[in-house]
Amino acid sequence: MTETALLLIWPALAGYTQAAVAYAGDTVRPGRLVRYAIWGVRLGWLAQTALLVAQAAHADGFPWGTWAGSLNLFVWMCVGVYLIWGCRAPFRLLGLVVMPLAALLLLLAWIAGGVGKPARAEFGGVFLTFHVGLILAAFAGFTLAAGLSALYLWQERRLKRHSPGVLRLRSPSLETLDSLTVRTIMVALPALTLGVGIGLARLEPEAAAFDATMAVTLLTWSVYAGFLVLRWEAGWRGRRAAYLALAGFLLVVLVRLVLTPFSHF
Amino acid sequence: MRLVLVGTSYQRAPVELRELLAYNADLRREALERLSVDGSEAVVLSTCNRTEVYAVDERPALAEERIYGELSGLSGLTQSELAPALYSVTDEAAAVHLFRVAAGLDSMVPGEAQILGQVREAYEAAREAGTTGSTLHRLFRQALRVGKRVRTETAIGENPASVSSAAAELAERVFEGLEGRKILLIGAGKTADLTAANLISRGVGEIVVANRSPERAEALGRRLGGRAVGLDALEEELGHADVVVASTGSQGLVLSGEQVARAMKERRGRPVFFIDIAVPRDLDPAINELEDCYLYDIDDLERVVAESVAGRREEAVRAEAIVSEEADSFRAWQLSLDVVPAIASLRARAESIRQEELDRVEGRLASLSPSQRRAVEALTSQIVAKLLHQPTVRMKEAAAAADGVLYADAVRHLFGLEERDGPSRQPGQ
Repeated sequence: MTETALLLIWPALAGYTQAAVAYAGDTVRPGRLVRYAIWGVRLGWLAQTALLVAQAAHADGFPWGTWAGSLNLFVWMCVGVYLIWGCRAPFRLLGLVVMPLAALLLLLAWIAGGVGKPARAEFGGVFLTFHVGLILAAFAGFTLAAGLSALYLWQERRLKRHSPGVLRLRSPSLETLDSLTVRTIMVALPALTLGVGIGLARLEPEAAAFDATMAVTLLTWSVYAGFLVLRWEAGWRGRRAAYLALAGFLLVVLVRLVLTPFSHF
Repeated sequence: MRLVLVGTSYQRAPVELRELLAYNADLRREALERLSVDGSEAVVLSTCNRTEVYAVDERPALAEERIYGELSGLSGLTQSELAPALYSVTDEAAAVHLFRVAAGLDSMVPGEAQILGQVREAYEAAREAGTTGSTLHRLFRQALRVGKRVRTETAIGENPASVSSAAAELAERVFEGLEGRKILLIGAGKTADLTAANLISRGVGEIVVANRSPERAEALGRRLGGRAVGLDALEEELGHADVVVASTGSQGLVLSGEQVARAMKERRGRPVFFIDIAVPRDLDPAINELEDCYLYDIDDLERVVAESVAGRREEAVRAEAIVSEEADSFRAWQLSLDVVPAIASLRARAESIRQEELDRVEGRLASLSPSQRRAVEALTSQIVAKLLHQPTVRMKEAAAAADGVLYADAVRHLFGLEERDGPSRQPGQ
């Protein structure tokens, strides 16, 4: 691991951890810690961006071709997507789901060697850039959709149970969460389709085996495609749609954390 | 100059007395004219919950007496009759009071937002009448800042404080805004009216009133800009309504879970928010068990309001810290006023000495070129500025620590400066 990487991974990890802790604290005492959380997200993401730039500068080919490297990039994308609107007041609670996950996965990527000097990529840079980049972007979108769905279920439960403090925490409406989940999946699914398509096109000339990762990735695609079909054809929304989005995310976790370490791109 | 506040509020005076002490715009303008005689500053704050007069005068006792007289004249009561209901504070305590008022900390419901606008209005009226000077100008501008800070830095004003606003906010937790939504009112009583008014203020699109008596339904429908239907059309209307407000005087349930379940089939997962403010209840509690249905009765809403008001009280502690910080800043500014004339006199004295000395050697400087002349001017100015810098800084620091008057008097004595107009304030006043 290079000194630069060590210098940047710590602030990134510290920023994400600070955000996760502050978001948790904000649920106990609303409004007090949220500023620390937002700055944690921003500073952590900037540090991780610098880390990725440093990795790219030292790389010979695509820098995040390994499982751990791609996990590093995946975390950066998730936090980046969250940063676009997640820090706004009504969506802050989303940080409760996204930031602990980001801190944990970045730590995992570090332990597995994904933040140091990149290993030489097995395949060409352009192929990996599009294939891995698109799939990771899609998975980041699905992660966000899962966060939105979890927030939906939590909020819905509080409303159903008539929790007296239901208005104490600022959170988006159920309808907003529901429509954002759909919109996120509508963006992420084409990215996954394209990423998988490029991978399959590459698969034939390389004569690589069709493995479990590919199978579960295709299953993930089917679940999210089914999500959209059920939405438009059968009017699935609300709680049912949220559970389905979370089921799809379980497959994303299976691909990213269980199967990919034993697979290759 | 001393700051004086005399006033009353809902904490001291019943509504009958507050009514007598209320100013409208014309009365306030006339009062400001009367209160600002002899160059005094004055601002009159008059709301449904309080009437307060802020004045700045060299003689606080006289200002207080004048305000008592003004309020007595307005109410038609004698000063001794009014006295138990009035409070009177001066200087820093008066500033702290106004900051608390602007922050909503002295309101019936902590953090209510309307008061900040009323403070602004009082200040603007006094400015237009020309009765604000440097002290009240600074005080009210700072009070408006305190109000804004408290509302942005704390969550004191974020949660509802009434059943009708709690119902509307809960509906906004289900829907992405209430603009264009359809509201179904079951019953045409006063309570439904209040809740509907709150929902209408948030931009609902269509209102349907369903009532046993068609005349009352039509009357309310007309007033709210909606249409009326009979109770037999409830199930059909449910298929399109987003928010249902029930408040009939019926002794039994008006809407059953089965009826709602049937209507929900047509809605393809679109949620409905039910508000039951009737006692006995109009809506079957089983409705809340249905998917995409959210039912709140009056007890649920009151619990939400109680929690919300408790939350406001917790936030009030943070708001008090902001008030205290701003009060310190106002106090420091007020104290710094004591040394400003001394600093100005000292600088004027130094400048006149410099100028006199230059004039005295004018003959010997006549042979200098314009640039050499400018260099001499600059050199002497710099010497004066450097000599005075440290005493100026020290006097300002001492002013903030309430020793300013002593330092100012010492400087006047040591440098033989002119005496100040009027009496000095004593430290700590």
